[in-house]
Amino acid sequence: MEVPILKQGPYLIASVQSALNDADLRFLRDNLVERVGKMRARGVIVDVTALDVMDSYASRTLRDIAHMTRLRGAETVIVGIQPEVAFAMVQLGLMLEGVATALDLEEGLEFLKRKAHAAAKEARERVP
Amino acid sequence: MSREEAVAVLEEREERIAILSDSDVVRARQVGRSLAASIGFSQTDQALIATAISELARNIVLYARTGEVRVDALKANGRTGMLVVARDEGPGIQDVEQALEPGFSTSGGLGLGLPGVRRLMDEMKVESKRGRGTIVTARKWLR
Repeated sequence: MEVPILKQGPYLIASVQSALNDADLRFLRDNLVERVGKMRARGVIVDVTALDVMDSYASRTLRDIAHMTRLRGAETVIVGIQPEVAFAMVQLGLMLEGVATALDLEEGLEFLKRKAHAAAKEARERVP
Repeated sequence: MSREEAVAVLEEREERIAILSDSDVVRARQVGRSLAASIGFSQTDQALIATAISELARNIVLYARTGEVRVDALKANGRTGMLVVARDEGPGIQDVEQALEPGFSTSGGLGLGLPGVRRLMDEMKVESKRGRGTIVTARKWLR
């Protein structure tokens, strides 16, 4: 099941629609990392609202996506982790360390905008 | 064998899912989840059970390549529950004790999260013979 990736301004939005197997997850990872360059994206949102299970492989792949896109110059934020999914993840010790998360798509976009503002401000202040 | 195990009765709602590739991991947890729902588990418990099945099936793919996940409804001492059995004929677990220690995981969060699976379920038993395979039996009870 391929995950549709939309472009909205400087951001890419990947909306997971149904359960993903390992191959789907790897495809999503490679696709996002490539498109960050092709579309010159500054941020990536992965919406996992539709996922009812996040196991160790899914969690690790999302973390890889966040770290790989960051190395390519884009921030990733994972949105829509459901309460029961969060509970199961904590029981398994899957904390998504170093990965930004937000409640939903709206909050995710807000997070990326704030990040961009902060980066722009920092760049301006560095100019003497 | 504990007294409880002796009186646990399967409800003959068994489903067997052959695990041959990573797509079967998804199928196994979906079949398990719908059985858990029909037994009456809450949304949260369904997610815990489905996640446990996902990890157990993933261990099969990672370490034994092929195997089987079996799920069934359980009744024991007036309690209702669910049984999950993951069986393979892979290389077996070298040190079961160690594999059950909290925090033990090979390859950084990639499979063999047995302590995690135990936290997701209420009971878990691991039988493994080197070169012969592994059977993980887990149960969760309705609260």
